[in-house]
Amino acid sequence: MSTSPPLARRRFVQGLAAGGALAALGGWRAALAAPAPATELRGTEFHLEIGETPVNFTGAARIGTTVNGQVPAPLLRWREGDTVTLHVTNRLREQTSIHWHGILLPTDMDGVPGLSFSGIDPGQTFTYRFPVRQSGTYWYHSHSGFQEQTGLYGAIVIDPRRRDPIASDRDYTVLLSDWTDEDPMRLFNKLKVMPEYYNRIQPSVQSLAADAQERGWRAALSERLMWEQMRMTPTDLADVSGATYTYLTNGATPSGNWTGLFKPGERIRLRFINGSAMTYFDVRIPGLKMTVVAADGQDVRPVDVEEFRIGVAETYDVIVEPQDDRAYTIFSQAMDRSGFARATLAPRAGMQADVPALDRVQLLGMMDMGMAHDMGGGSGGMAGMDHGGHGASAAGQGGMVEVRHPYPTERGVSNSMLPDVVSTRLDDPGVGLRDNGRRVLTYADLHSIREPDDNRAPSREIELHLTGNMERYMWSFNGVKFSDAKPIVLRYGERVRFVLVNDTMMTHPIHLHGLWSDLESPDGAFQVRKHTITLNPAQRLSYRVSADARGLWAYHCHLLYHMEAGMFRAVVVE
Amino acid sequence: MTTQCKLLGACVLALTLGASGVHAQPAAMDHSSMPGMDHAAMGHGAPASNAPPAGSLPTSDGAGERDYDSYGIHPHMMDNASTWQVLFDKFGVTRNRDGENALDWDGRFWFGSATDRLLIKSEGERESGGGSEGKVEAYWSHAVSPFWNLQLGARRDIGTGPKRNWAAFGVEGLLPYNIELETTAYVGSSGRTALALKAEYDLLLTQRLILTPEIEASLYGKRDPERGIGSGLSTGSLSLRLRYEVTREFAPYIGVSFERKFGQTASYAADAGASRSQTAVMAGVRFWF
Repeated sequence: MSTSPPLARRRFVQGLAAGGALAALGGWRAALAAPAPATELRGTEFHLEIGETPVNFTGAARIGTTVNGQVPAPLLRWREGDTVTLHVTNRLREQTSIHWHGILLPTDMDGVPGLSFSGIDPGQTFTYRFPVRQSGTYWYHSHSGFQEQTGLYGAIVIDPRRRDPIASDRDYTVLLSDWTDEDPMRLFNKLKVMPEYYNRIQPSVQSLAADAQERGWRAALSERLMWEQMRMTPTDLADVSGATYTYLTNGATPSGNWTGLFKPGERIRLRFINGSAMTYFDVRIPGLKMTVVAADGQDVRPVDVEEFRIGVAETYDVIVEPQDDRAYTIFSQAMDRSGFARATLAPRAGMQADVPALDRVQLLGMMDMGMAHDMGGGSGGMAGMDHGGHGASAAGQGGMVEVRHPYPTERGVSNSMLPDVVSTRLDDPGVGLRDNGRRVLTYADLHSIREPDDNRAPSREIELHLTGNMERYMWSFNGVKFSDAKPIVLRYGERVRFVLVNDTMMTHPIHLHGLWSDLESPDGAFQVRKHTITLNPAQRLSYRVSADARGLWAYHCHLLYHMEAGMFRAVVVE
Repeated sequence: MTTQCKLLGACVLALTLGASGVHAQPAAMDHSSMPGMDHAAMGHGAPASNAPPAGSLPTSDGAGERDYDSYGIHPHMMDNASTWQVLFDKFGVTRNRDGENALDWDGRFWFGSATDRLLIKSEGERESGGGSEGKVEAYWSHAVSPFWNLQLGARRDIGTGPKRNWAAFGVEGLLPYNIELETTAYVGSSGRTALALKAEYDLLLTQRLILTPEIEASLYGKRDPERGIGSGLSTGSLSLRLRYEVTREFAPYIGVSFERKFGQTASYAADAGASRSQTAVMAGVRFWF
């Protein structure tokens, strides 16, 4: 619908210029850290105090869940080879926890209540202590309730023991997140009562008319009827949108405009982290080429792009080299185009560049449905919305395969969609980015520089289907939610291949704690090491896991409300 | 120690296999030796396959035999949490061609999970003249497929005339093309039976302006003169409501409805001096919390 982007922009709250934690009242530790940038803590011993702090991002005062009085939580800077000690004190009235996302550590240090430990009760201090065995960009967040949504997330940067092969003159973390003024429990209940509650781009007569104007009534109507017939929505791109979210960069609203300074000619390393509860971002810096040098903390062969999509919990390090004495906008639009996060790179404080318009909404297509055959005459898009599902390029790497649905539970109440065909298509940038005229990063571009120390071929497969029923807001693996499932058991020392098939029409970031996920190319070769792997609708991906750390590990969709709805498994390495 | 040795052996084996793979496929260069190489220039040259392709190894869902308790796994998930909703689809006034006003409602309350719910619903109208008709129903609603629920419960008629009680069995869900359908069969005392059908569709004109056509029909197995009901098809109605969602929860509406009584039911109405068909306009608010 051609009218939707301006509408969305009107509705989307760009926030206060001076948002964020309202002073470090009681945040005495933040004051201690004041000489350095207030939000960075370095060393081997850390005191983190989780509390409630008044915040104001939208003009409405709210209470954030903070670390040392800050949203986001302080940047923690560690050094590979050190042993870090983190004393985490709970000043909340409820239990809390911190999970170190992507960090290799003993299972009892992983910070998932009910799996790694029993959680941190109010008034208690829990001391985490573990050797740092890796380097790169990571993050940390609460694994209790919805505290991650209310502000408990922060960046971790680990400097390598030896000289960093990625040289740069400046180094900034760019932590993207989504903030809502609503109580997350209420938000979750709204989704369960009315799953399309936050979707303001639903197909309408208005959008049908606009589509018909572009490509005729016959085509427009037949496609609309096909979706209606299936009881699915081609605009089901995000469960929670800019209708409630204000998108933040390093805790600053778009109006707040976080700014990183540079001198023209410098090499700047930007460490992007998606610390959102629910939001996929498409990131670009108009006027600058970005060289992606690391993904999920792991160095990759450098690849030049103009734009990349960052899934919830993923991290990407990019190098930019601005030559001109001008400002550049870091523009991170939500995947459903309902809003954006914005920041600026500038030679001097106060400078700013144009903020691009939100892209048009791109619709889900046949490929996302896993339909084997194209529909006659219906291969366009709804007007004003681009239709990405037919791009030949998108189906390139990893041909279509007919999919088996081996689990009877996939056919139950909890799963409303069974694709006929799926494909690996690592070179599909995903809905919204297909054929947009820009060079967009895809998983096909990512190649770890280092091969895994244990690069054995896997001896068996674990096949899991991502399942959901948007009509009832149910999310699960194989149609079985966490409570009704049994733990996945790996034998210590074995190398296993996980095969994931996304039955649903949504994009999901799947995170395995404690063990690396070594993504494979379609022909079964190691390609890139990650901790969080995004699956597009009707996509099949495989990755290998070395069961090299004993204990109990969480495995889940990192969309917060999907996880809480049951898209979660326990993995036992014994 | 033994495990490590075994592991080491396996590593060596894998490396050997990998190396032979390199010979077999020249495209498979050792990527680790090319730091900084611009991959874009390489195209998507497929690296060596050093494992059988996905789908060719022994497969399972990975679940072991033991349950969470035996591992001491007790995370606080909300996947069994219940929720509830009070929803009034219609709450307003109607005015018919004879100038009679009535209060009109159609509401429901539910509590439960995504699959099992306690459902209480009520619909009816109270005329300004004092007459009223309506029903209250209570169900256990159980999901049987992604889009369908079975409902088992009871209904009580309220308003003018004797209060009838019924056992009720219904099917509620979403038909292809997003048409909501409710079909309920009733069995009452003295061999009374009834069937109620209701179908509606939300047509979004814009994101907030929504037109809802709705059809309803009631059938009875046996006449019930005290309530003015004949056997067979007794009433059918068609209504169109146009609502504007100020918020998702609050949407004022206006609408029009056509109702027609059939057969003996129509005769009873005529005997009572009422017309067999009626047109009315309506205004009210759809709301939920």
